[in-house]
Amino acid sequence: MLGYIHSTDSFGTVDGPGIRFVIFMQGCPMRCLYCHNPDTWEPCIGEQRTAQSLIDEYESVKEFLKGGGITVTGGEPLLQIDFLIELFTLAKKKSIHTCIDTCGITFDPKHHEKLDKLITLTDLVMLDIKHIDNSRHKALTGKENINILAFAKYLAANNIPIWVRHVLVPFVTDDEHFLHELGFFLGGLKTLKALDVLPYHTMARAKYEKLGIPYPLGNIPAAAKEQAAHARDIIMQGLKDRLRNNEK
Amino acid sequence: MKNVFEPEWEGFEEGRWCGSVNVRDFIHRNFTPYDGDESFLTGPTEATKKLWQKVLDLSEQERAAGGVLDMDTKIISTITSHGAGYLDKDLEQIVGIQTDKPFKRSLQPFGGIRMAQAACEQYGYKVDDEVVDLFTRYRKTHNQGVFDAYTPEMRTARHAAIITGLPDAYGRGRIIGDYRRIALYGVDKLIEDKKHQIDTSLVRMTSKNIQLREELAEQVRALGELKTLGKIYGCDISRPAKNAKEAIQWLYFGYLAAVKEQNGAAMSLGRTSTFVDIYLKRDLDKGLITEEQAQEYIDHFIMKLRIVKFARTPEYNSLFSGDPTWITESIGGVSVDGIPMVTKTSFRYINTLNNLGPAPEPNMTILWSKRLPINFKRFCAKMSIKSSAIQYENDDMMRVIHGDDYAIACCVSSMVVGKEMQFFGARANLAKCLLYAINGGVDERLGIQVGPKYRPVEGDYLDYDDVMEKYNDMMEWLAGLYVNTLNVIHYMHDKYSYERLQMALHDRDVKRYFATGIAGLSVVADSLSAIKYAKVKVIRKDIEIKNKKGEVIDIAKNVAVDYEVEGDFPKYGNNDDRVDRLAVDLVKNFMEKIKKHHTYRDSVPTMSILTITSNVVYGKKTGNTPDGRKIGVPLAPGANPMHGRDTHGAAASLASVSKLPFRHAQDGISNTFSIIPDALGKDDKVFVGDIDIESIAKELGGNGNDE
Repeated sequence: MLGYIHSTDSFGTVDGPGIRFVIFMQGCPMRCLYCHNPDTWEPCIGEQRTAQSLIDEYESVKEFLKGGGITVTGGEPLLQIDFLIELFTLAKKKSIHTCIDTCGITFDPKHHEKLDKLITLTDLVMLDIKHIDNSRHKALTGKENINILAFAKYLAANNIPIWVRHVLVPFVTDDEHFLHELGFFLGGLKTLKALDVLPYHTMARAKYEKLGIPYPLGNIPAAAKEQAAHARDIIMQGLKDRLRNNEK
Repeated sequence: MKNVFEPEWEGFEEGRWCGSVNVRDFIHRNFTPYDGDESFLTGPTEATKKLWQKVLDLSEQERAAGGVLDMDTKIISTITSHGAGYLDKDLEQIVGIQTDKPFKRSLQPFGGIRMAQAACEQYGYKVDDEVVDLFTRYRKTHNQGVFDAYTPEMRTARHAAIITGLPDAYGRGRIIGDYRRIALYGVDKLIEDKKHQIDTSLVRMTSKNIQLREELAEQVRALGELKTLGKIYGCDISRPAKNAKEAIQWLYFGYLAAVKEQNGAAMSLGRTSTFVDIYLKRDLDKGLITEEQAQEYIDHFIMKLRIVKFARTPEYNSLFSGDPTWITESIGGVSVDGIPMVTKTSFRYINTLNNLGPAPEPNMTILWSKRLPINFKRFCAKMSIKSSAIQYENDDMMRVIHGDDYAIACCVSSMVVGKEMQFFGARANLAKCLLYAINGGVDERLGIQVGPKYRPVEGDYLDYDDVMEKYNDMMEWLAGLYVNTLNVIHYMHDKYSYERLQMALHDRDVKRYFATGIAGLSVVADSLSAIKYAKVKVIRKDIEIKNKKGEVIDIAKNVAVDYEVEGDFPKYGNNDDRVDRLAVDLVKNFMEKIKKHHTYRDSVPTMSILTITSNVVYGKKTGNTPDGRKIGVPLAPGANPMHGRDTHGAAASLASVSKLPFRHAQDGISNTFSIIPDALGKDDKVFVGDIDIESIAKELGGNGNDE
């Protein structure tokens, strides 16, 4: 089958361990205000590629990818789950480390047969949790977070290593109460292996202009590294409070 | 050379190096590999800080003065032309500058008097009338010699800049003297060796043998002057260096003598750090010096290299995007028997980027091998992120050709130190050559006939096979003209501006490389790809031909001056074989054409793809190209893809470059790689990838996870 691919990057250093081959998949149901890839929103456009051609592309640069592997991101890669199963099946045949960078929005707690299959082929999930509070999550992304949080628990229950990412946007996701609450939630994920707090940047502004989409976050300034580090400390505090009290 | 174990060598392991000039043998018997980390390194001493502050102050004054602080206009620079000069005599561990005052640029008219005059006039100085008279009426220069022999075709090609950056008005450089020999043997032994070479040279007086005998005599003379240079600074360098400070000082005197005589396009240092390490380690082991002193010697030595300056014209500086001296020092590498040649002094050299701050000179070049010690690799990576001042070259590839005592001249030219040299040949612009193929030899900017009057491309659209056939013919012409132009240049350079001191630090029977180079690789690959995989429409126009005064003297009819690309095409730099293959074939093809021609002094032709800076100027001189690039847009540096066209990330881009055959571009392939530190991975303050929930829970005394 064919997948809709936005683009590939042969030298990804921030999307999982090592230097990785990163596949940007086309299509996303969320509309996060700070999205830096608005060009990947629309589904069923972009280049149509076979899984084998992507594996071949990986193979052609693998000399450079020490300690890395393949990361699928987007867009929301799980929209094309059948394609991912095919891709990761090929990847695992070659013992390539596989990683999904996802927001988890497509998770359906009642029907996850395909996902059950996919996670057997997946070494790592990088999960973007945009906001811990459901109503704020909806305001920020257009969707509720209930299934996303359920997805996180599902991964942990199935022993899939998770790296959680959280973008720190001034005035939007920097409320210390919610950061603490996020940490409290994360404390319940026994397969959590990393927490990455990304300072919001405004580099996507040019992309929006090019696409003729009004920039949703207006003049909100970029976050400083120090702010992100501080936010991470608070999240870690929440995580520790969960583990200390072991109750909720 | 007498086989005597000199008293200065006490503590060194004896070997073949004692009875004949053989620095490599000395190094391999005596060096101590180091696989530890950088924690032993020390910061700058008070003296170093003071001296460096002085350099910074002078640099500031130089900037304020418009780029040049002082110039010699009367004294012609030779090895012994000036008295001693200092930054601060009491503080300097390593002494010697080009003239009598730091930052005062020397007068070097042997390459060309007009270049020397222009350089002076640009900064408000005037070369002394007597000197001008001398070098106009009585003493011919390299530049004059070249122009006496150039054909009209060569002059036109040079004028139109299809061959460009030629060393016909300035020093060719790219020759590395084995400055280590001075430290190891002392000048007297080297003179003894050279005299023996003369005594055993062929006596049948062919022009070749006469030339050699004359050159060897000049070399002996230069070595004599080198001893005098030592004396000017109170050092007796006739004998071997007896300690580390002397070893560095002797070695530096050799380099200093070279830059006092030659204003070369690249005056590289060689491969000295591991050699110097043997001396430093001997002194450290004996307790004669401390680590601080060892670092201080290196810091002061490197500081001297940083203030080497030449008088150059603005045109020269624009060609090279600045005022580079290319004092390349090659560090690391692995020996032919597999031992990494990294020593503590390899670290100390790089540590100057900490102690003196980052600087482009000397051009620290790591001879990179998979087998270098991991601690050294980490240190290099760290210092690259910190300073952006380190260059990397593939030792695993070059060692196969040159062994383990080669060094880099300029940015990529490899040669065995003291045994091989090269004739620097600038480059031919293959992008422009493609335009000539389309226009039947008519220059797309000037409208004049530069290349042979072949049949131009007809019709509105470019046909791949038609263009390739014509391009092949045009490259055939260009290769011949280019090699012959260089033959003239190197003949005259040997005749009028011979590098006698640098060659005195070589063996008699050197291997000479005839270096050529190409510019515009990625533009041509993309252009051919556009013609092959998309549709390229030709736009023709009449061009006014102007004379030197700017008056229109003729009209060139129907010249292809622009191109419209319809549709998309594969672009070089994305690891796409369809276009990468075109680049590979181009390199091979042009090299094969170069090889067909006679080269001066039986030199071995090589080719480089390395325009790191001049690509900007070449862009200005190359009209619109069929890949959609517009006139004035810089060509990509070296073998880089065109800016912004490599859309699949760095590994794909590097994979394209790495397909280029080193065998056909043995003078080096360069790729300029810029990356913001954040893109190399996560800042560890924001990102920690090693959370272990269970151990955190245990630490906190909780009951662990509740899921």
